[in-house]
Amino acid sequence: MSKELEYLSKRVAANKLSRRDFLGRASALGVSAAAANTMLSGAAHAAGPVKGGTLKIGMNGGASTDTLDPGLVASQATKGVLRHWGDTLVNASPTGELDMRLAESIESSPDAKVWHFNMRQGVEFHNGKTMTAEDAMKTIERHSNEESKSGALGIVKGIESMSVSGNTLSVTLDTPNADLPYLLADYHLVIQPNGGMDDPNAGIGTGPYTVEVNEPGVRYGFKKFANHWDESIGHAAETELLVLNDATARMAALQSGQVHMVNSVEPKVASLLDRAPGISVKNVSGRGHYVFIMHTDTAPFDNKDLRLALKYAINRQEMVDKILKGYGGVGNDMPINASYPLFDETIPQREYDPEKAAEHYKASGHDGSPIILRVADAAFPGAVDAAQLFQQSAAAAGIPLEIKREPNDGYWSEVWNKQPFCASYWGGRPVQDQMYSTAYLSTADWNDTRFNNPEFDSLLSQAKAELDPAKRKALYSQMGHIVRDEGGLICPMFNDFVDAVSDKVGGFEPDPNGELMDNIASSRCWLA
Amino acid sequence: MHPVLKLIAQRLALGILLLLAASLLIFAGTQILPGDVAQSILGQSATPEALANLRAELGLNEPAMSRYFSWLAGAIQGDLGTALTNGQDITKSLGGRLKNTLFLAFWAAVVAVPLAIFLGLLAVRFRERWPDKLISAVTLASISVPEFLIGYVLMYIVGVKLGWAPTVATVYDSMSFLEKLNAIALPVAVLTMVVLAHMMRMTRAAILNVMQSAYIETAELKGLSSFQVIYRHAFPNAIAPVVNVVMLNLAYLVVGVVVVEVVFVYPGMGQYLVDHVSKRDVPVVQACGLIFAAVYIGLNMVADIVSILANPRLRHPK
Repeated sequence: MSKELEYLSKRVAANKLSRRDFLGRASALGVSAAAANTMLSGAAHAAGPVKGGTLKIGMNGGASTDTLDPGLVASQATKGVLRHWGDTLVNASPTGELDMRLAESIESSPDAKVWHFNMRQGVEFHNGKTMTAEDAMKTIERHSNEESKSGALGIVKGIESMSVSGNTLSVTLDTPNADLPYLLADYHLVIQPNGGMDDPNAGIGTGPYTVEVNEPGVRYGFKKFANHWDESIGHAAETELLVLNDATARMAALQSGQVHMVNSVEPKVASLLDRAPGISVKNVSGRGHYVFIMHTDTAPFDNKDLRLALKYAINRQEMVDKILKGYGGVGNDMPINASYPLFDETIPQREYDPEKAAEHYKASGHDGSPIILRVADAAFPGAVDAAQLFQQSAAAAGIPLEIKREPNDGYWSEVWNKQPFCASYWGGRPVQDQMYSTAYLSTADWNDTRFNNPEFDSLLSQAKAELDPAKRKALYSQMGHIVRDEGGLICPMFNDFVDAVSDKVGGFEPDPNGELMDNIASSRCWLA
Repeated sequence: MHPVLKLIAQRLALGILLLLAASLLIFAGTQILPGDVAQSILGQSATPEALANLRAELGLNEPAMSRYFSWLAGAIQGDLGTALTNGQDITKSLGGRLKNTLFLAFWAAVVAVPLAIFLGLLAVRFRERWPDKLISAVTLASISVPEFLIGYVLMYIVGVKLGWAPTVATVYDSMSFLEKLNAIALPVAVLTMVVLAHMMRMTRAAILNVMQSAYIETAELKGLSSFQVIYRHAFPNAIAPVVNVVMLNLAYLVVGVVVVEVVFVYPGMGQYLVDHVSKRDVPVVQACGLIFAAVYIGLNMVADIVSILANPRLRHPK
C-alpha cells in the first residue's frame, strides 16, 4: 500500500476523513473501489494489541515535591504514576459499572451495611509476595486511621470494623452505603503489601508495571511486570511518564514525537492540534465542573432570592463557548450531570434570564452595593475571564458584581472554603452519593457552600441504604432539585477531559472517569 | 602580607558576611508567604484532621527563630535537612539538580562567552560599517525578545518542523554524554542568544574606549594590523569591565534560568525551587536561596578580584 493511501486510511479510521472522500482520493491514485474498501476495513480493524515497545506519556501536574505514597496523591501526573504500579479492589468502568480488579466478587447484606469482598487468588506483588485479603484490610486501615494524611480519609472513615476470614474481606459500615464498592474504586486505595504500613513510598504494588525510575517532577520509568495477574493489559514492554507542566512544551513534545500521548490539552489549542498530522484530540465529557460558590449562611447569600438572582444572571452557554471553546457542557446549578449513573434527565435546564434575575434581585431587597466575587486562575483555567463574563451578564440584569483578583498562591487555603463568594473547581466523583456526601451534606468537611438542608440530608441517607436503582434515581432527582433551587452553587459548566494521542497509539478509548482513560491508558493502549 | 592576598581575604570575609545577611533575608521572606505547608501539600482535598496531623508531624508549631538557627547550624555542617514535602534528603536531591544547572550553564557559557568576545572584537574592527551594525542589530533583537518566546519559536521551528533537536531537554544519569548534549541543544541556543548582546556590547564599548588612547595610535603607527592592535593592545586594557559583565551573565546562567528550564522541562535548580516555593517547603527554599546567593556573591567576587589583578598598579604597589 502506498504511504499516501496508508495515511489516508488511518485518517478515516480516526474519523478525520469521510469514507466518501477516501474512496475519491483512492481512485485518483488508481486504486479500485473494492480494493480501497478492503484497505479501509483493514485500517479500522488492524487493531488487536501489539506487544512491546516503549510507550511515552507527557503529563502536567507533577512537581519535585511529589512522593509515591498513594495517600498523598493529589495531582494529575502522580495519579498517572500510581495507576501504573498499583491496583485497586475495583475500577469504575467508562459506562459506570464495576470493573472487578483485585476483588473477584462482592456481596452485601440486604441493608447495605455489611460488605464482603472475595479477593482474587494468585495475585503477586512486585516484591514477590502473594497478595492476601489481609493486605487489603491493612491498606484501608492505613488510609482511615487517626494519623492518616490520606486524600481518601473522607471516603473510608465511615467504616466501623473490618475482618478477614480466609479469602474474604468483610467491611461493616456505621451507616448503610449502597455505593461502597464505587467508593473503594478511589485511586488512592491501591493495595500495598501490609497496607503500606512498612514503607508507603516503596512503590510496590500489584499493578501491570513496576517502578524503575522515580525522579519526582521530572520523569518516571516503568517496566512490564511479568507476573501480573491480568494478561489482557500491559502491552508495552516499557513505559515512560514525563512531567511536562508547560502547556506549549507538552504539545511540542507530542508533535515532535518525544511522547505518544498528553493530557490537559488547552481548549483554545485543541482544534489546531487536531489538525496537525499524526495527532488526534480525544475529548470526553467528564464530571469535573467549574463553579462559583456562595456561602448560604453568610449575608447577603443567606437570601434565597439573591442566590436565585445570581443563578439566573449567568450565561452558561456563553461560558461553555468562550471559556471552554465548546469542550464541555452547560451546568445546571447542581454538581451532577449525565455522566453520572442514575442521573435524571428531566430536571429542567436553567437558562440565562436577566428579567427573572432582576425580579429576584428586587425581591431580595439587597441594598445595591456591589457583590464581591473572589477569583484567581488557580480556581480553574480561565476563571478570571469567566468572572468578567459573569459580571457583564449580571450587569445586564442590574446586579452589580465586583471582581476581586486573588493570588494563585495559597488560593485553596486562603480563599476557597473561607470567603463567602468565590470561583472554584470540583473534580467530580464516580457516583452521586459520593459527590453529595463530600460537599453538600451539612456536616461534610468540604461543604464549601455551607449548605444546611435537613430534608436534603435525610434524603441522602435514605438513598445510601436503598438498593433498588429506580427508587434511588427518584431520591437523587429530588436532591438535585433541592441543590439546584436552594443551594449556594452556581454551576455554569462541566469541562471535558481533553487529551491528545499520536496516531501510533492503538486502543485509546476516552473514559468519563478521568483523563487518559482515567489514567489507565498506559496499560490499555499499545504502539501500532 | 602581600596586598593581593590581603585583598582576597578581605573579599572572602565580606562575601561570607553577605551570605549570612542573605540567609536572614531569605528566611524572613519565606515566613511571609501566604498559606501554610500542610494545606499546600494536601491540596484542595485536605480534611481538617489530615491537616492537623500533617502540621504536627512537620513541626510547624515550633517558633520560627528556633527552626532557623537549627537549620543554619546544620547547613554549616553541610546538612541541609530533609524536605518537608517528600522527606527526601535535601543535600542529595539538590546536588543532582545543581549538577544539571551547572551543566547547562557551563555549555551555554562555553558557547556564549567566546562568541560574544569575538563578535565584540569584530564589531570594533568594522566599527560603524555593516558587520558592526548587523551584529548589534541581531544581538539586541535577541535580548529584547522575552526568552520564553525565543524558546517557543526555536522549539516550533527547530524541534517540531525540522526535527533537528528534541523539544524536551530532560537529562538523566543513564544518558550518554552526547545524548545529553543533544538534549540541551535548544536551551543552550536560547541562553546564548539571551546573554550574547550584553557581553558583546560591553566588549565593544570597553575596547572602543581604550582605542582613543595615545598608545593605540602608536601601535597603529608601528604598522600593526588593525586586528592585532585590538587583540594585543586594546583588549588587555579593557579586560576589567568585560570580566565584570561576563561574571554577571554567568551568574544569570546559574540563578536566572527558571523560565528556560520550565519551557524545555529541564530538571535544574530553578524548577526545583519553584516547586518547593509553591508547596511552602521552607528548608528547601532556604537551601536553594543560599546556594543561589553563594553563586552570585562568589562570581562577583571573582570578577572583582580579576579586575583588580588586571590592573598593574594594584599588582605591583610601591
